[in-house]
Amino acid sequence: MNNIPGRFRTILDSAACFPFDDFFAAITPQKVRHIIHKDNLTKSDFLALLSPVAEPFLEEMAQKAHQVTVQQFGKVVFLYTPLYLGNFCNNQCVYCGFNTVNPVPRNKLSVEEIEKEAIAIAESGHRHILILTGEDRVQTSVEYIRQSIEILKKYFSSISIEIYPLSREEYSQLIESGVDNLTIYQETYNRKLYAALHPHGPKKDFYYRLDTPQRALDAAMRTVNIGALLGLDDFRKECFFGGLHARFLQDTYPASEIGYSLPRMQSHAGSFPVPHPVADAHLVQMITALRLFMPRLGISISTREPARLRDKLIPLGVTRMSSGSKTSVGGYAAEHHAGSKQFEISDSRSVKEIEETLFSMGYQPVYKDWERI
Amino acid sequence: MNTHDYLEIGGRKLISRLFTGSGKYSIDSIIPQIVEASGCEVVTVALRRVDFDRAGSNILSHIPGSVQLLPNTSGARNADEAVRIARIARAAGCGNWIKIEVISDNKYLLPDGYETAKTTEILADEGFVVLPYISPDLMVAKSLVDAGASAVMPLGAPIGTNKGLKTKELIKILINEISLPVIVDAGIGAPSHACEAMEMGAAACLLNTAIASSDDPVAMARAFKLAIQAGRAAFCAGTGAQREYAAASSPLTGFLFPNE
Repeated sequence: MNNIPGRFRTILDSAACFPFDDFFAAITPQKVRHIIHKDNLTKSDFLALLSPVAEPFLEEMAQKAHQVTVQQFGKVVFLYTPLYLGNFCNNQCVYCGFNTVNPVPRNKLSVEEIEKEAIAIAESGHRHILILTGEDRVQTSVEYIRQSIEILKKYFSSISIEIYPLSREEYSQLIESGVDNLTIYQETYNRKLYAALHPHGPKKDFYYRLDTPQRALDAAMRTVNIGALLGLDDFRKECFFGGLHARFLQDTYPASEIGYSLPRMQSHAGSFPVPHPVADAHLVQMITALRLFMPRLGISISTREPARLRDKLIPLGVTRMSSGSKTSVGGYAAEHHAGSKQFEISDSRSVKEIEETLFSMGYQPVYKDWERI
Repeated sequence: MNTHDYLEIGGRKLISRLFTGSGKYSIDSIIPQIVEASGCEVVTVALRRVDFDRAGSNILSHIPGSVQLLPNTSGARNADEAVRIARIARAAGCGNWIKIEVISDNKYLLPDGYETAKTTEILADEGFVVLPYISPDLMVAKSLVDAGASAVMPLGAPIGTNKGLKTKELIKILINEISLPVIVDAGIGAPSHACEAMEMGAAACLLNTAIASSDDPVAMARAFKLAIQAGRAAFCAGTGAQREYAAASSPLTGFLFPNE
């Protein structure tokens, strides 16, 4: 490829001064209704659906989003499970339970432990695993992660990583080893807020993190999943910028699949009061607006959400969810590492229970959606 | 049922001209009922979805043995990936039929004609029965004939849209110009669309979303079976030419032939 793609930062920086309040004030209910029934939504249409004026139209948005999702993906939900390899971290994300100044026990899985965890997870039916680490290039080095992948690929046909940002060359190495999916959250698209929330550590660099999905896509990553951590800033802006980011990536890298997650903040090991709590109705507004804006977008909802709410969100546009999750290091095969957790799980149902619920709702749980080639 | 009217692909004679997909059902155990209700003899399966470690309970275990399995290369972004997926499918015992899907555009899921042609050439040489999914482009279709395809599968509308035969005029050209069976794949949303494709002379139709997203997939499968049979019967009977006006009882040129 001779063309070097532009970077999303150009779009984000130019949108930073956008007059959101003026835009929202000009939206009318008629405009919202018209947008819901359009085929192709513009960026302005997407923002209109995120506006306060659109809130009375959530049912109409949900009906359309449901129809689009079933047509695009069928009556299926893709399932995966997370495995925390380690929780060593040099960052000071002020909202995170694994923040380096939090006095939590730190550990990582040995090669033998990873294999035991893999066996235990694979027995539950999962073929798609998401591995996570904190940001510590010594304790959980790229080589350690590569060795982990070598073990995990014996048991899983799809391996996702949610680790610290890597260089393009490092992504190429991990793709070569068997990774096909990257999850990386910007946390917030508000640059000033980002600086305040990430005062020290390698994560301080806003733009390096913002460019991360593109470094992976430049290395031909098959799937990239992005998102903002909901609760840090105004959800309308965060979702709008996140949606623009997803659209930019899909337009720039059409061969890859782009996904979006909506992790909503909750309690953790530190004591960070959530500055902009997000209501359930607003979560619904985001899911349905994203679906109408990007019909092919993968949308994930995490185990942070309680079981009852998760089940209600699925028909609105969700295509992926984790099941049987543990957010401590290891925890599937042995309990000895299961101390501190990055966040509390609200949906503690087993894989089997989630499977039964999905079937009862008329959805097929899909454990395998990729064959390593 | 006219058993003399069959579709021959890869040495197999197919009475049914309805092919079905398998990726969008709420439960895989419905597949045998879909097969029975639709009468279909070919079912396509995404290799990426088959969990070979669960031989007794994976999607393949729900596909009746009498049906011709048509693995597809869903997820392939280029010829190299499609070829590798096809080889894995054959090595895993899925037979030598392969539906080529090479999609480098995840926004509209439109097929990549150039990579599809390269894939077809390689796999046809390796003895596969190759059924490539394409946009209805005559030049791409011709290159697939040269590459050794066993049929061509043009889209009626983008996958999953249920919009019907939006590419009708282009598909007609393929039917007229291409010596291989032309199987309309993707976009068909209603039995009337399938019937129309068959009336035009399509060799078969492949469907998934229209059946799977119906409230009653088994009843919809039956409806498609009847629509495809009706359309095929009409094509074989030869539909009358359409006129824009009624036949005039007082012809305007009658004065030229006063003795008639």
